Amino acid sequence: MLEHYLGLFVRSIFMENMALAFFLGMCTFLAVSKRVETAAGLGIAVVVVQAITVPVNNLIYRYVLADNALAWAGLENVDLSFLGLITYIGVIAAMVQILEMVLDRYVPALYNALGIFLPLITVNCAILGGSLFMVERNYTLGESAVFGLGSGIGFLLAITALAGIREKMRYSNVPRGLRGLGITFITAGLMAIAFMLFSGIQL
Amino acid sequence: MSSLKSVLSVPVFKQNPITFHILGICSALAVTSKLETSIVMSIAVTFVLAFSNVSVSLIRRHIPENIRIIVEMTIIASLVIIADQVIKAFAYDISKQLSVYVGLIITNCIILGRTEAYALKNPPLASLLDGIGNGLGYTIILITVGTVRELFGSGTLLGMTVLPLRTGGGWYVPNGLFLLAPSAFFLIGMIIWIMRTLNPEQIEEE
Repeated sequence: MLEHYLGLFVRSIFMENMALAFFLGMCTFLAVSKRVETAAGLGIAVVVVQAITVPVNNLIYRYVLADNALAWAGLENVDLSFLGLITYIGVIAAMVQILEMVLDRYVPALYNALGIFLPLITVNCAILGGSLFMVERNYTLGESAVFGLGSGIGFLLAITALAGIREKMRYSNVPRGLRGLGITFITAGLMAIAFMLFSGIQL
Repeated sequence: MSSLKSVLSVPVFKQNPITFHILGICSALAVTSKLETSIVMSIAVTFVLAFSNVSVSLIRRHIPENIRIIVEMTIIASLVIIADQVIKAFAYDISKQLSVYVGLIITNCIILGRTEAYALKNPPLASLLDGIGNGLGYTIILITVGTVRELFGSGTLLGMTVLPLRTGGGWYVPNGLFLLAPSAFFLIGMIIWIMRTLNPEQIEEE
């Protein structure tokens, strides 16, 4: 049992890396990776939000939205799964807002460090993608908690690594038209090839 | 009239949402391993983009400033649900291949970006054209990448054989890299390079 969770955890970090294998959260991945500190700040915010929203959405899906899920309330044969998308994005927006208030009240240092990134996470596709993968793959509550944490850490790892490479690249002579985002795409592509090596590992 | 025309044409070539604004990359990379899925995805995004722009533009004078993001997200999410249900009903196999990426149109930054930057300040007709124009800009990139990846990756276009494969007695040995994730990064990087060489004012100086 523990082995199953550990396998899922490692898989969601490396083989199914949100940024480099599924291309989720690309906008932030490319835009906020100019410096390592800001990239790491954003990555940590993603880990926290992802680890909370995926299990919460799992509970909502299981007990409200799924086919026949409202049986506990006496409503048989009600299928609300078409409301999924709007519900998940609502939950994510609410969670981000709550997290912002909690951090502001109790951990002001972290709140100031995360700054503008926290509200921006609402529209990060990695977060919504995590919830949608959870529904598609039918994870249990425990699995979804592990998957949420793992995929968040995977994103943190990818964005910090890319920021490190981009900082070093400032000293290289890149062709003019490729400067900035062009070369970032190619770097990210090479990183994706590197991450594909993990896919040969069986867990 | 000419200004309306430029509203439609500028986002297609000059200020393409993908290569100039670098918005909506996730889906552009993920669904382009086949031409068919790229086309379906482009249609869905153009549809959502056009109608969310019109809806937001129609009620732009009634939206209170500080809750506008929530209002926009609700409109976009409703439109995406419609698109998702239609694709599931009429093209079930493709909806399976597109997996979660149809739902992710909600967080596609092109859509929220255009409603914020354009529809909130402009009348409905111009917003509709802006939505369609940006949708077309997105479509062009997706179809280009989708064509290259499917043609060189598996020697087919829309499932029909163009380059006869070696395994089937033909001459073409497919390049497997084009079917894998990293090739999309390289192709879009190259497209950005070409676009910036053609429009030198877009080059970033460090």
